[in-house]
Amino acid sequence: VTIIQETDYGTPARTSGVLVTLEVDGRTVTVPRGTSIMRAAMDAGVKVPKLCATDNLEPFGSCRLCLVEIEGRKGTPASCTTPAEAGMKVRTQSPKLAKMRRGMMELYISDHPLDCLTCAANGDCELQDMAGVVGLREVRYGYEGKNHLAAVRDESNPYFTFDPAKCIVCSRCVRACDEVQGTFALTINGRGFASMVSAGGKNFLDSECVSCGACVQACPTATLMEKTVIQRGQAEHSVVTTCAYCGVGCSFKAEMQGNQVVRMTPHKDGKANHGHSCVKGRFSWGYATHQDRILKPMIRAQITDPWREVSWEEAIGHAASEFRRIQAAHGRDAIGGITSSRCTNEETYLVQKMVRAAFRNNNVDTCARVCHSPTGYGLKSTFGTSAGTQDFDSVEDSDVIVVIGANPTDAHPVFASRMKQRLREGARLIVIDPRRIDLVKSAHVKADFHLPLAPGTNVAIINAIAHVVVTENLLAEQYVEERCEHEAFRRWRDFIAQERNSPEAVERLTGVPAADVRAAARLYATAAGLRSTTAWA
Amino acid sequence: VRGKVYIPRDAAAVSVGADAVARAIGDQLLSKRAETALVRNGSRGLFWLEPLVEVETRQGRIAYGPVTVDAVPGLFDGGFLEGNTHPLYLGLTEEIPYLKRQQRLTFARCGVTDPLSLTDYVSHGGYRGLERALTMAPATMVEEVIGSGLRGRGGAGFPTGIKWRTVLQAPAAEKYIVCNADEGDSGTYADRMIMEGDPFVLIEGMTIAALAVGASRGYIYLRSEYPNALLALQQAIAIAYAAGYLGQSVAGSGKAFDLEVRLGAGSYICGEETALLESLEGKRGQVRPKPPLPAIEGLFAKPTVVNNVISLATVPIILEKGAAFYRDFGVGRSRGTLTIQLAGNIRHGGLVETAFGMTLREAVYDFGGGTASGRPLRAVQVGGPLGAYFPESLLDTPLDYEAFAERKGLLGHGGVVVFDDTVDLARQARFAMEFCAMESCGKCTPCRIGSTRGVEVIDKIIANQGRDKNLQLLDDLCELLQDGSLCALGGLTPNPVLSALQHFPEDFHRVEARQ
Repeated sequence: VTIIQETDYGTPARTSGVLVTLEVDGRTVTVPRGTSIMRAAMDAGVKVPKLCATDNLEPFGSCRLCLVEIEGRKGTPASCTTPAEAGMKVRTQSPKLAKMRRGMMELYISDHPLDCLTCAANGDCELQDMAGVVGLREVRYGYEGKNHLAAVRDESNPYFTFDPAKCIVCSRCVRACDEVQGTFALTINGRGFASMVSAGGKNFLDSECVSCGACVQACPTATLMEKTVIQRGQAEHSVVTTCAYCGVGCSFKAEMQGNQVVRMTPHKDGKANHGHSCVKGRFSWGYATHQDRILKPMIRAQITDPWREVSWEEAIGHAASEFRRIQAAHGRDAIGGITSSRCTNEETYLVQKMVRAAFRNNNVDTCARVCHSPTGYGLKSTFGTSAGTQDFDSVEDSDVIVVIGANPTDAHPVFASRMKQRLREGARLIVIDPRRIDLVKSAHVKADFHLPLAPGTNVAIINAIAHVVVTENLLAEQYVEERCEHEAFRRWRDFIAQERNSPEAVERLTGVPAADVRAAARLYATAAGLRSTTAWA
Repeated sequence: VRGKVYIPRDAAAVSVGADAVARAIGDQLLSKRAETALVRNGSRGLFWLEPLVEVETRQGRIAYGPVTVDAVPGLFDGGFLEGNTHPLYLGLTEEIPYLKRQQRLTFARCGVTDPLSLTDYVSHGGYRGLERALTMAPATMVEEVIGSGLRGRGGAGFPTGIKWRTVLQAPAAEKYIVCNADEGDSGTYADRMIMEGDPFVLIEGMTIAALAVGASRGYIYLRSEYPNALLALQQAIAIAYAAGYLGQSVAGSGKAFDLEVRLGAGSYICGEETALLESLEGKRGQVRPKPPLPAIEGLFAKPTVVNNVISLATVPIILEKGAAFYRDFGVGRSRGTLTIQLAGNIRHGGLVETAFGMTLREAVYDFGGGTASGRPLRAVQVGGPLGAYFPESLLDTPLDYEAFAERKGLLGHGGVVVFDDTVDLARQARFAMEFCAMESCGKCTPCRIGSTRGVEVIDKIIANQGRDKNLQLLDDLCELLQDGSLCALGGLTPNPVLSALQHFPEDFHRVEARQ
């Protein structure tokens, strides 16, 4: 059992059909065009010193530790912001580079408290690592110059502290808030030496911050640090687990001291969250060891009896015998099972297995039925399966996104962050919802259309959109030809083209201005020329 | 109307009383029921003579200056409307040696015309460049600018036409023309003068740039410290729109170009082109790494031409008279004319536009007349706060990009600041670091922390604390700034520091000498 180490490639992966081959410290490496020299170097097994770069954020070029030399080029460009090019010969080590890196670290440390041994990040600090890597041995500026050592710590957030005295102003927190979470709560205040991370307002708690913790994770020092780590120290091993708070299914590393959680860190390999989390998954795990938590099985014969602690054997035996008794008295169908939408797929699978194999009936369901049954029915009739046809990653390839009756920023925040990333890149958005949900307008995200339909008129509005697509000849004819049953499609097309399905006709039902529906339908339909359209309901 | 009286509206002239003089002259004209029109022109750039009042006479324009309110009645009594002599009489304006010796191409109209009269502009050769450009293919226009040898007058000296060609060849649905009017270098005012004195030439230059690269929208990023320029630009843009020189169909060409002015918020670093673009996008004015070049991914990630005011204002004459006409001025790889701005401790401060190649000595003595204090000249800083301090022994350096670079100097935006022998170059070196510390955007480590440490280290040197070690440290710090900074602010800050150390070492040994 050890801490799970994740490799930081420094800059995000790039995809490109074109590959470029270059040489880094004599090693040949081939990477997609657009890849940074820093990442190419990592692929070649060469670590370039860095502080402001991390691979879930776009390169920034502020720390100047990752400078390299490129044969035939002037100067010492930063490897994080310089794209790899075919035929490049890159040197990551030279006496000149070593001197400059040491010089940068000397500047950093001239404005940093020298309390490593009592620091919460001791041994888990990139600044400390880099001081070691570059061989910093003295700080010739002394420590009596201008500094931030007296800067006041912000303890307002219940989960983490912000200690500006330790800040190196790499902006990783600011960028994580912008790029990963999309809340834009943080900024750099002031300029030059006075530059400081700021949450605006009085403090972190008083700000737009939603406590997702992306900034804490991004911080290379102890400036932003979980209070649990400050109190308990660092974990000695970690375990990969899945968050049960909502249906997104974020992967986490539970960082542990023995059987005590010290902190929860989203797992980079998580297919749903790719290293991001929301406030609940990251910080709201106090229940794990809460005194109210039931740790031993209890039974009671009737509701008026007090609970009685028993062994697992007795509890399971009692439940089984009661199920049998009810079935004997009232028939095999008298019992059943239901799972929560917060159960994992595996848990839900096991429950239905128990119901079918042990209860010998089909009385099994999941609470997702409440919201998901209409879509499930529709999907099953159309595609033969009631599961969604898209995975979360597909949002990255969507050019028009339709959100119907869902409120991702509230209900599935980690997915919402990813959707917002795509929207900020320029994807278009149609929100069909009676509520003015966050996505309609929030920081750097604005829906092209919000169709605030009256509750219960989903079918009418979808039909109206389809009506516009059909009657304005916006259908992707070839797509239909290849994939639809000809006769069934003709019947649907004739039906949908009827005047009673027009936006104008359904306006009195839905309350949505016909012109908006038409415009939204046109946007949706013409997106066929773009990469893809995804509907999230 | 019989005749005209010209009184500059230029902020420099106004700062020494031009508005009051204009009111006094206006009152006199009214009371005398004279049929003379009062025109508020741009400045000729002879600042020691401001307010410089000109009278249109049969022989030509006669200049008087510096005119005070008190002198106005006397001027009228002496018959200055007829061009009569007077103690303030300077003769024919064009014959004043300071002007006569210049080769004004970019500033040809500045101070001559009414800046907000489109008729004046056109009758003095305005919009002929655009007219000719409209007969050319975009690539031909770009070739013309490349052929002229025009280099960026903002300071970097990058060939303007090459930048345009990159933007022209970048495929995009939208492209932008951005004019960098964030003239922040100490001792510079050429941008301000032309924006106040001949705003249409900038509008025309930007319009040609747009046609050449296929842009349909332009922005002038203007520093907020230039309220008079803002007013002049806004009025000129409105006039150009009304006359069809801007808008959906520029001069009836069917090609659209929209132009607006955006104000900065008092930051020097927003004159750095990538920080400027960030600011223009409504973000914190912070430097972006390059690549990508703004010409490929600039404003709102679209291909963008970012050019200085003077570069763009020089485009019309190049397009009007052809590449060869412009290229024939200048020396070596510095073609055309340079507008230097004489400032600091100088007798005749003002704007001088001549072909590249004049020496710094000619500029400072023949035009500037030496120091204002009359004391011996000790140092000249060319190129703004990031330029090197040159001693007397380097005054014969010709004003051209390469000659300055060879001597570890910088032409920059053409600011020339003169110091007499009372200057302390150790203090000036400290100021360079302090300036960097004040204006640093705070993004990269060497500039954010290093500039502040630089001030401290120089303070220790001045106080003779561990001088040798600190001189070594200062050297290392300068190397770090020069080679490790993200942009030119940190990268060039060592220029004034190292030049002060190199040429004026005695100023750093002062304490020791005294002991």
